[in-house]
Amino acid sequence: MLSAIVFLPLAGAMVILLLLKDARQIRLFAAAVTVVELALAVAAFVIFRTEDYRRVGDMEMVEVYRDWIPALNIQYHLGVDGLSTPLVLLTALLGMCAVFASLHVQLRVKEYFMWLLVLQTAVTGVFVSLDLVLFFIFWELELLPMYFLISIWGSGRKEYSAMKFLIFTLLGSAFMLVGILALYFSVGTFNIVELQNIEGAQLILPAGTVFALLFAAFAVKLPVWPVHTWLPDAHTDAPTAVSVMLAGVLLKMGGYGMIRMAVGMFPGRAQEYAWVLAVLAVISVLYGAVVTVRQTDLKRLIAFSSISHMGYVLLGIASVVGVGGAVSSVGLTGAAMQMFTHGTITGLLFLLVGLVYDKAHTRHIPDMGGLAARMPIIAVGFLIAGLASLGLPGTSGFVSELLVFLGTFEVWSWITALAVFAIVITAGYILWMVQRVFFGPLLPRFASLGDTTVVEAVPMALLVIAIMVVGVYPAIVSDVFKQGLEPIIQSLQQVGGP
Amino acid sequence: MNYLLFAPEFTLTAVAFAVLGVDLFLPRDKKGYLPALSVVGLIGVFVLSLRYLWGRDTDLYDGLFLIDNFSLFFKAFFLVLGVMVVLSSVDYVKKHLSRPGEYYGILIFSILAMMLMAASGELLTAYISLELLSFSLYVLVSYGRHGLKPSEAGVKYILLGAFASALLLYGISQVYGMLGTTRFDEIHAALLLEGTPLNPAVLVGLVLIIAGLGFKVAVVPFHMWAPDVYEGAPTPVTAYLAVGSKAAAFALILRLFSQAFMPAFDDWQIILVILAALTMTVGNLVAMAQQNIKRMLAYSSIGQVGYLLMGVAALSPLASNGVILHLVGYGGTNLLAFMCVIVFYNATNKEEIADFAGLADRSPFVAMAMSAALLSLAGLPFFAGFTTKFYLFTAAADGGLLWLVGLAITNSLISLYYYMMVMKQMYMVPADDNTPLNVSMFSCGVLGMLLAGVIIIGVYPGPLVNAIQAATKAILP
Repeated sequence: MLSAIVFLPLAGAMVILLLLKDARQIRLFAAAVTVVELALAVAAFVIFRTEDYRRVGDMEMVEVYRDWIPALNIQYHLGVDGLSTPLVLLTALLGMCAVFASLHVQLRVKEYFMWLLVLQTAVTGVFVSLDLVLFFIFWELELLPMYFLISIWGSGRKEYSAMKFLIFTLLGSAFMLVGILALYFSVGTFNIVELQNIEGAQLILPAGTVFALLFAAFAVKLPVWPVHTWLPDAHTDAPTAVSVMLAGVLLKMGGYGMIRMAVGMFPGRAQEYAWVLAVLAVISVLYGAVVTVRQTDLKRLIAFSSISHMGYVLLGIASVVGVGGAVSSVGLTGAAMQMFTHGTITGLLFLLVGLVYDKAHTRHIPDMGGLAARMPIIAVGFLIAGLASLGLPGTSGFVSELLVFLGTFEVWSWITALAVFAIVITAGYILWMVQRVFFGPLLPRFASLGDTTVVEAVPMALLVIAIMVVGVYPAIVSDVFKQGLEPIIQSLQQVGGP
Repeated sequence: MNYLLFAPEFTLTAVAFAVLGVDLFLPRDKKGYLPALSVVGLIGVFVLSLRYLWGRDTDLYDGLFLIDNFSLFFKAFFLVLGVMVVLSSVDYVKKHLSRPGEYYGILIFSILAMMLMAASGELLTAYISLELLSFSLYVLVSYGRHGLKPSEAGVKYILLGAFASALLLYGISQVYGMLGTTRFDEIHAALLLEGTPLNPAVLVGLVLIIAGLGFKVAVVPFHMWAPDVYEGAPTPVTAYLAVGSKAAAFALILRLFSQAFMPAFDDWQIILVILAALTMTVGNLVAMAQQNIKRMLAYSSIGQVGYLLMGVAALSPLASNGVILHLVGYGGTNLLAFMCVIVFYNATNKEEIADFAGLADRSPFVAMAMSAALLSLAGLPFFAGFTTKFYLFTAAADGGLLWLVGLAITNSLISLYYYMMVMKQMYMVPADDNTPLNVSMFSCGVLGMLLAGVIIIGVYPGPLVNAIQAATKAILP
């Protein structure tokens, strides 16, 4: 099942590349592939939630081919647990939204949809790989489609942005590869499950160094201040669908890696350096929020707000140090929830910005005004996403931020208090932006604009539903996350205990 | 003595003479039979080698030639390589070169030389095989008809090549003078007997041998000839030079260092480590500034030599596997890249990087094949380059050279930058003239074969790795 979920988009990409010629056919086929993919991911999620034999600390739906590269003990090893299942679902959901949001693309249609589907395979692969080499392969594979999608179908300084994205991520991968090799020579395996909590193992490099190497690689992706500068550029110049994927799932690869690899493998180091994580997190949160206020480009604004919001993920992770040896699962669960909800919320925001830009042909906030009169559905969607983004109770954003703050407050009270302050700034820039773009008097040059079409509204509606459902009944996702994080919490308690 | 063990070499010599002989009687418009004859001959020898030499472990002429899995593996590799080079030359030779008979004949002689190099068990035999290879290449490099560049390339290659041979020979004489033997196994025994520290005179000889072989594989600081020669030579010869002669030299290096000089490991490791670090860094940094695609590939292959040297510096069974695997993976990839350059040159007579603009529109297949080759050279997953590089880097890290592996990874990142620049030309810059590229079905077929090879090695290297492990067992039990 997991192989099918991972490779279905890739197979679709091959079919598009080799068999399909007509642009209309290609669009329909790509959409169909992502719908099937979403159905599979939902099925996997439902099976995972309901099965009785599911046990804490076990991987489910495991697929292993042990003799892939036997000389180095590299295996084709897929599996999911509570941490990865919701992220697979998120990827499929946003992958479908991305394809639906690009149906109007006219330039080099064939290559465009091919790369989009390859991207989906790469990201899904990252979440389900249980072998470090396989993980690394998918991690690197994601770069190619991103580079092409930004530099061919982007806007503005697209080639500069694409190259910057590539160089930053590759720098991170270099750190990761050295870390992976160091792990392999110390423990003799690439198996991620076996490598969990190897605090006691004799490593060829100091454990702190390996932890730092892995952390650095994922910090670039998350992104954490000060290695965040690629993100605003990449987002601003990327086409809509790519922004959706980038904000929605690619950043989550960083958070996922941090929890699974950095913290999961070195719980002791994570506790030792948690203060560094907390400080970096609060800088990201506050710096991101303050810079966001000053943005005049709609896309750039949301990109900077992402930096602020991903700071909460890191803050949640920093709670692993616990109080007096007792580590609660609230902070980590909050971090994971924040990844999921930020994916849906920011995905929706980018989707809507794309729609606004397609119709109004501008993203410059001072040039806009009163758009709600002409596009009420988009305005409502924007308002919901915006309110969720600032953490309004009843939306998913509230749940995840609350969990993060609850988890970290008892550990890092002052730092958390500072971070909470960012909520106020967030409310400021979100509301101010919505007001400037959608309300006020309608400018005459926008008088002839229309609202969404039905096709455009489909992904929008899906994401709004996701935001609302998780907001009202968070346990549907948080239970799964919590169960997946249980082994990590246990090892943290073991290491930090008296 | 069982002369049957030497049958592949004898047969290959016969094939070379047959090609030269048949050429005399073929009318001008029937020269197309020559590559066909060469390919049939090479495949025949391939089958013969596998049939008669499988699993043998013996020697000929009192240890001058070793018949083991290591030499068999390289025999097979060189023969397959030869077939691919002949196939990729067909269109190029027809369009741009005269006298196809000598071209293919000399090519086959050089393959013979490479087979002998991998099998030689003694320094002078190795030297003579190396000279046979070098002389064949001197001719092939200056084979181009037009302008000064082929002649410049030829003269440069001959002069520097002769200089390198002199160094090598002097080093050999030094080793013979001090140890009294040129056979690998006897050198090994003599070194063990002498113990540490190594006699300085032997060390001088060893350093000279490293320098001489370093010239042949273009190790920094002995690399100056490579870019000019690569640029001036006919492109199929460049490909052959970049893949074949390097693979042969590394086969010799592997055997030499593992079977002869292993007891002095501590003395030569540091030399190779420094050379490797220099070679990969200089090669990749200078490659960024190149305008000509062949020069760029020349510098990039210098960078690859740095990675390979790193593997030799960490010599162990694992590292030897890594070096051989990377030789094969890098070889296939480089052939693919050069095949794309050949196809492009055949259609347009241009070879600057800027000329590749808009290739994605003019010929999507060639652009895709070229991208696959470049990404594989950079070491991205799903292509041969990733798997083989990963294995090699892992092996080097296992040998305790983790910092050098870090440098190599950084270099891979640098290399991705200039490979991406070519891809940018192909996919993002519009072409001046948008006519579709005229590519023959035959060339497409060769491209497809190479592309399939690069992907198969990248995704499922298992069987290849098994064969390589058997080869390594012969030199490093």
